[in-house]
Amino acid sequence: MAINYEKKIQREQWELKQASFSSHARLKKESRVFKEDPFFRYLSALCASFILVIMLGILIELYRHSHLSITTFGIKFIYTSAWDPVKKEFGALASIYGTLISTLIAMLIAVPLSLVISLFLTELAPPIITKPVGYAIELLAAIPSIIYGMWGLFVFAPFMSGYIQPALSNNLGFLPLFQGPPMGIGILTAGIILSFMILPFITAMMRDVFKMVPAVVKESAYGMGATTWEVTSKVTMRYGLSGLVGASFLGLGRAIGETMAVTFVIGNYRQISASLFSAGNTIASTLANEFAEATEPLYLSSLLQLGLILFLITIMIQALTQLWLIRIQKGIGKL
Amino acid sequence: MKSVLVKILGILLGLGLGGMGSAQSPVINGAGASFPYPLYAKWAYDYEQITKIKVNYQSIGSGGGIAQIKAKTVDFGASDAPLTKEELDQAGLIQFPMIIGGVVLVVNLKGVKSGELKLTPELLADIFLGKITRWNDPAILKVNPKLKIPHQSIIVVRRSDGSGTTWIFTNYLDKVSKEWHEKVGTDKSVAWPCGVGGKGNEGVAQYVQQISGGIGYVEFAYALENNMTWTLLQNKAGKFVAPTIETFQSAGANADWQNAPGFYMLLTDQPGENSWPITGASYILIHKNQTSPGAKEMLKFFSWCLKNGAGTAEKLHYVPIPKNLVELIEKQWTNVTYQGKKIWQ
Repeated sequence: MAINYEKKIQREQWELKQASFSSHARLKKESRVFKEDPFFRYLSALCASFILVIMLGILIELYRHSHLSITTFGIKFIYTSAWDPVKKEFGALASIYGTLISTLIAMLIAVPLSLVISLFLTELAPPIITKPVGYAIELLAAIPSIIYGMWGLFVFAPFMSGYIQPALSNNLGFLPLFQGPPMGIGILTAGIILSFMILPFITAMMRDVFKMVPAVVKESAYGMGATTWEVTSKVTMRYGLSGLVGASFLGLGRAIGETMAVTFVIGNYRQISASLFSAGNTIASTLANEFAEATEPLYLSSLLQLGLILFLITIMIQALTQLWLIRIQKGIGKL
Repeated sequence: MKSVLVKILGILLGLGLGGMGSAQSPVINGAGASFPYPLYAKWAYDYEQITKIKVNYQSIGSGGGIAQIKAKTVDFGASDAPLTKEELDQAGLIQFPMIIGGVVLVVNLKGVKSGELKLTPELLADIFLGKITRWNDPAILKVNPKLKIPHQSIIVVRRSDGSGTTWIFTNYLDKVSKEWHEKVGTDKSVAWPCGVGGKGNEGVAQYVQQISGGIGYVEFAYALENNMTWTLLQNKAGKFVAPTIETFQSAGANADWQNAPGFYMLLTDQPGENSWPITGASYILIHKNQTSPGAKEMLKFFSWCLKNGAGTAEKLHYVPIPKNLVELIEKQWTNVTYQGKKIWQ
């Protein structure tokens, strides 16, 4: 029963929103602005177009410079993992694997945690806690990544090798994921450090998303007798879904391209191993390590092609999410 | 793209520093290897105190140093790996050694102290090839019969970034192991058969200190500063030697510089009972035809470093260039010209 009422409220709320922002009203409003201020319109359009120009520029430059490597190795570059500057054989698979796995670990840890923290801050915590914690999150987000890297190498890696990795291999050692010597550094450590780094970003944005949910919507749900959990999961989270996904993806964007912190703790060995304890590398860490000393044209070109691949991976993930969001929102509309 | 970036950076740097210094105090710009950076920076500071001439050295890596001097964005480049005579002639460059340093092996083994563990070239190559994987391997025990070595797996630690130190180390392995030569080779970064990579000497030092059973290679100064456990290594004469300023010097002294065109000399695996086998020189690269009137000042600076900088070098655990070699180097400078005229007599 309660759920049906809730759905009805949601539906009404949604219709209300649609009406107030209906395309007709918006157009009318905008056209007035356009008439009054064409200069500002063109200026802002020009600024906006810069974003596209820069993106295209990066894409074209990356392609131009990786052309040598693309023509030399072809599609083989993506599915082989040989990386031998002496014999001039290059393949990206191990780096792509390391990038995806470390980012996946980071997201698996950071997204649920951020969700819970931001819900606590907006829904449950008294203001006396909300404010200082909010500031702390913003401060955390401002820490440079090299600091996370140093901290990871000097403090967190010994902690991992001393406590967490032995505990994991003693209890879950039957899984290939947690086998191998506990070195402290490796893909798992890199993933966890990454999750620390993106957590404040995602939390800060999710908190803002939740704050934007109109109080009247939540209050009406409470009025129907919904519990805090029901309001949170069925009203607040749904209302801000696209914002939440957007927040997660900004975090993912940072994790997938993070360079210094990962380079410090991932172990930098080009291999694909089932164990999360083993050393690995990512596209960004390879670039950070080798760009300065790459003087051979083919070597340099291969590194730039790695950059191109990273760029394309990010675009693909972004596009897939947008598609998924569109589908989800259609589903909500049909409620 | 990189070269354009490097150029822009170089120009910006030049402009910034040029703007800072007035007409009376010229600025000499250099860039390259990070291995000699602490020493070059100290030399530059001392020299400025005496002469008011500013030397600005950017530690960007040997590869970057070579690229920048070729692009003429700096007055001198620095590299840990020498260029061959052909490469030098092609770019119109000359090179000369500035200091000598040693690469040492450090381990993290419980109960094993500095200078206790003995390694032979074969053992070292097999460890870094991933063929010997445990510390209690019979081959290691045979060389170290009295030492109590823990039963542990070996974890190889090496550089993850391109580096002149790696170049010297792989050059040594390349010389002493046929298998290394065939499988891996010599370069500033190679396809390592095993192990984990730390960024920079400090990264390798940190990894070895953290990973029980780890073995890595670092520059001598890093091993000393971090109080790490270094090993003995068997040299070409069959003697086990310790890494010290004297053994590095011995390796440098036994080299035949006179007959090395363009000072192309690899100090690894040198003869001599007292020579440390993994020794290398760090080089300076300059253009043969100088385009800046400040070129003479630059050579004066190098001359001052070679003649008066030995004390500073030793304090920082580098080996100064022997006197007879300094003479050879200065003789080579007579080939340097500015507007068609010789600038060094």
